Amino acid sequence: MDKIKFATVWLAGCSGCHMSFLDLDEFLFDIAEAVDVVYSPVASDIKHYPDNVDVCLVEGAIANEENLELLLEVRKKTKFLISFGDCAVTANVPAMRNMLNGTDPVLKRCYLELSDDSGKIPKDARIVPELLEKVQPIHHIVDVDLFLPGCPPSAQRIKNAIAPLLKGEKPVMEGREMIKFG
Amino acid sequence: MSVHTLKIDGVDVAVESGTSILKAAQEAGVRIPTLCHLEGVSDVGACRLCLVEIKGNPNLVPSCITEVQEGMEVSTQTETLQEYRKMIVELLFAEGNHVCAICVANNNCELQDVAIEVGMDHTRFNYRFPEREVDLSHPQFGIDHNRCILCTRCVRVCAEIETAHVWNVAFRGAAAKIVSGLNQPWGEVDACTSCGKCVDACPTGSIFRKGSTTAEMVKDRSKVEFLSNAREKHQWTK
Repeated sequence: MDKIKFATVWLAGCSGCHMSFLDLDEFLFDIAEAVDVVYSPVASDIKHYPDNVDVCLVEGAIANEENLELLLEVRKKTKFLISFGDCAVTANVPAMRNMLNGTDPVLKRCYLELSDDSGKIPKDARIVPELLEKVQPIHHIVDVDLFLPGCPPSAQRIKNAIAPLLKGEKPVMEGREMIKFG
Repeated sequence: MSVHTLKIDGVDVAVESGTSILKAAQEAGVRIPTLCHLEGVSDVGACRLCLVEIKGNPNLVPSCITEVQEGMEVSTQTETLQEYRKMIVELLFAEGNHVCAICVANNNCELQDVAIEVGMDHTRFNYRFPEREVDLSHPQFGIDHNRCILCTRCVRVCAEIETAHVWNVAFRGAAAKIVSGLNQPWGEVDACTSCGKCVDACPTGSIFRKGSTTAEMVKDRSKVEFLSNAREKHQWTK
């Protein structure tokens, strides 16, 4: 049997979900047996998201144009997309800027008011992706096949979600151990 | 005192007349999820989580404020009810700014518990991201309106048990909010006795003790029930 083409993506999040993924310790060997990691910020050095990915864990909310572009590409090229962690599922902490009425107050606060000297708001589109007016959870933009909440989801929860998938089964997402936010 | 007999999920139950369906279900060992209900204070049917079906009644009714009737046949776990309960919890999450990850009540939150109970792993509704304040004017406590679900437990516990009536609900619709005094900062309300009953009554991290950090706040929900039993039934020990 061909190996499962496996990817992980890191959007607007703190990477805590990926750190929790690395906490899988020796189960990572089992995963490595069953999958080809075709794209991941922590397990590969591939720059472009490939075609025909079987499973992808998407960490983080959609906060800027780069996040949005990558998410759309990921959805198009992925069979089974997992919303990975609270930022992806609820938009979580990155979305707290939504209460501040758009990007301007946030950029002004960060780059001007808190600047030591004469700060300026970065504008170069080739370097800094534009912030979206509103941070959103990923399922508000694309279809999601499985929700794996938690900030971050514990390694055990990740394992309980992934292990059945490796065998072609769908995990049971029920109870405190599997679906608690926070 | 008359007794009514009824069926809850097919089980025969006999309770005093005047008892709520919720209480009767509890006595029969049937669990119905609730958020605004708090033992020791009056029920108001604010959260609608305890909806049940009654045979012959086309409407779903809140079990906490519906009294039992002779011969009633109540269902508490139908597919319709489970779907509505889940939707109610999803709406509560979408309506406010509930960021569990940075909440004092994380792991000790009834809204979080109910979300797990109804099997909510995400909300299908668009988050509103309302602009709401945090009032830290009280020397000991704070209220974070972002996490308030308007269950009015604080209002009732303060009015009915502490009899200070510091809290109330003001404004309408999406603008409705809990206010202290005459919509003054909490710290400026002379009526507040700083008893902390509202802190213990709050099901979420909305009302908290200052200085508590994320996931640190454990509340004692049984305090109100104890006080009410002590007064009404003269039971002075837990």
